[in-house]
Amino acid sequence: MSGTFLGTPAFPTAARTALGDSQLRRNLAHATGTIRTKRAGVVGEVDEWEQLRLAGAAIKERVLRHLPDYLEQLERSLTAAGATVHWARDAAEANAIVVGIAQRHGTDEVVKVKSMATQEIELNEALEAAGIHAWETDLAELIVQLGDDLPSHILVPAIHRNRAEIREIFLREMGRAGKAAPEDLTDEPKQLAAAARAHLREKFLRAKVAVSGANFAVAETGTLTVVESEGNGRMCLTLPEVLVSVVGIEKVLPTFEDLDVMLQLLPRSSTGERMNPYTSTWTGVTPGDGPQEVHVVLLDNGRTDVLADPTGRQALRCIRCSACLNVCPVYERTGGHAYGSVYPGPIGAILTPQLRGVGSDPQTDSLPYASSLCGACFEVCPVRIDIPEVLVHLRGEVVDAHKKASRLPSVQDVAMKAASWTLSSAARTERAARAAGFGGKLAARVARRDPGGRTVLGAVPGPAGAWSDSRDVPVPAEESFRSWWERTDGGRSRTSDSDSDGGRS
Amino acid sequence: MPRVGLMVTCLNDTLFPDTGKAVVTLLRRLGVDVGFPAAQTCCGQPMVNTGYFDEATPLVRNHLDAFAGYDAVIAPSGSCAGSVRHQHGLVAERSGDPGLVRAVADAPPVYELSEYLIDVLGTVDVGAYFPHRVTYHPTCHSLRMLGVGDRPTRLLTAVRGLTLLDLPGATECCGFGGTFAVKNAETSIAMGNDKARHVRETGAEVLVAGDNSCLMHVGGLLSRQRSGLRVMHLAEVLAQTEPVISDAGRAADRRSVGSAGVSA
Ligand code: SF4
Repeated sequence: MSGTFLGTPAFPTAARTALGDSQLRRNLAHATGTIRTKRAGVVGEVDEWEQLRLAGAAIKERVLRHLPDYLEQLERSLTAAGATVHWARDAAEANAIVVGIAQRHGTDEVVKVKSMATQEIELNEALEAAGIHAWETDLAELIVQLGDDLPSHILVPAIHRNRAEIREIFLREMGRAGKAAPEDLTDEPKQLAAAARAHLREKFLRAKVAVSGANFAVAETGTLTVVESEGNGRMCLTLPEVLVSVVGIEKVLPTFEDLDVMLQLLPRSSTGERMNPYTSTWTGVTPGDGPQEVHVVLLDNGRTDVLADPTGRQALRCIRCSACLNVCPVYERTGGHAYGSVYPGPIGAILTPQLRGVGSDPQTDSLPYASSLCGACFEVCPVRIDIPEVLVHLRGEVVDAHKKASRLPSVQDVAMKAASWTLSSAARTERAARAAGFGGKLAARVARRDPGGRTVLGAVPGPAGAWSDSRDVPVPAEESFRSWWERTDGGRSRTSDSDSDGGRS
Repeated sequence: MPRVGLMVTCLNDTLFPDTGKAVVTLLRRLGVDVGFPAAQTCCGQPMVNTGYFDEATPLVRNHLDAFAGYDAVIAPSGSCAGSVRHQHGLVAERSGDPGLVRAVADAPPVYELSEYLIDVLGTVDVGAYFPHRVTYHPTCHSLRMLGVGDRPTRLLTAVRGLTLLDLPGATECCGFGGTFAVKNAETSIAMGNDKARHVRETGAEVLVAGDNSCLMHVGGLLSRQRSGLRVMHLAEVLAQTEPVISDAGRAADRRSVGSAGVSA
């Protein structure tokens, strides 16, 4: 993958591309719809799902409260088991560590099991810059890499591609990167998978160094875990001589029992399966079996900043199941690329601004607003991250950062201040409402009545245009509720016979 | 007799006063003495949801003052009831004023209309009559922020003459989302158009919901499409009763007068 998200425009603009691409919208609606139904089915089978969610959230909260302790414990366990532990404050440090390890072993290629952490730090690009090819071995990740594309989903990075597109990419690109796809390749999923398998097998058997992430790291024992569906991860974790795992510091769990809870929550939430096909765990080095040199890079890269925010820190509970993406109506229509980050969808909208910090980049600052706050994400999140709460909180941070940074208030600042001033007093509100009612009277002359009896305006110029381009605009009532109440004593005095019957007839 | 305050909401006050009048009619019919504290304005949700916590603080104070002394607050809006229930605490905390935090905690409970009817009054059949094909959109804040569940549809099912039709993809957001509809207008419209399409698929004459904000959005699209569908607030449906002959005559009169000066 050579592209990066750098330079992605702010969300509303980036979304426009996806909204205009009807094929993409169909692909996404179909894929997310399918996973959504599957997930709902298997979650429905678990009677104590809510208890399980609470348990998952509680475990992660405990970890976050005592993060330094658990990390030190993890380091001790890992070291005792023969692994080498590295600490990386940011992407540059982490990349330098991995590149250094590969170079020490004189290799010009590494195989990779799909890992969000290494995507986040853009490890592939760093390796490439050092002349080392990183081969993604996850099927979807391979499609993205060969297509010189960017991932658009946490779990299914190539969710935006359909079968026909995948076939084309394989035919065109596989030969350049290794074993070519058979010429008679069709777009049958089975055939596509077989082509990928043959292409990757060659790489697994040749690679000396593998790079992975980890879904969980058990502090008590120093055990890392990767869960996956295809078995490619297991090949990466067992065949090469050297294994480097880049692990976000929030991935630590206290004990194996905690892992039990997570392994029930994760597959159901992510792929809609009762158990994922491959769960690999490894603890340091086992002489004569698997990689004989094991490195673990513990990555901060903004995570301690997130931890410092009492409201926002719940984002660190995330187990990257992608359930929130699959239910998000905004994600479904805009796709993942519009978020300009390896973490798209609702979790991306809260995690990315926190990792990057708000107030300096318009693209990042647009993310907390990329939601209608419908709450579907919170409803499905297996570790109960209240994403809408964090979104609103981050909007506050964005606004405060901008107020602090510029001496001149923005149009929005002024509007909100004025609205606040008007609306904090009933008298002022009433005067404004009268003015609106007057405007309503004027507007009513050019308005039409919709079939429900509400008076509406068609397309209007000016700031209301963003609304009225596609939606008719309601006209303010000629008499506000409060003036009606005052005039008629709450409908008790019949000054007008049309006032006391409530709704329209 | 408990003192019940109607929180009409700023949107209903200025744009949809009929919804407020319907709530008054309905509650009176059910024997509730409902008051309208004139000091009320806006609950502050538009500010909070746009990130303007400081600007929301005086509105939260005003809300608390306006409804002090009432035993309960009723709002014909899941969104605004949800905002009072879940956001006023956040605003208070962020303001750093412990007095405000306490005041929010001690404020009278706020109910969305369907919650009040079923949970407090214990009424499902409110004596309404509405002989039309209706479909119901459970707005996100009613559904998820408040968790009103099937209360609104239970109320609608008990309305005489009413046929309730299933809405495909009912729980999916209509795309309004307050300032989202303006800040991300294109995505909002894409969502709203899907909702409008589902509504039309039902063959209903009337789309009903518990939030006029969402109805304004979906209704605006339906109206632009000249779909012929009406949108109505739940309260307006529940306030309808079987017409008495003389009243019906008057109503017909008024309708023709009402639409006189309007180019349809
Ligand atoms: S935020 Fe929750 S639902 Fe979304 S990916 Fe993370 S764990 Fe899954």
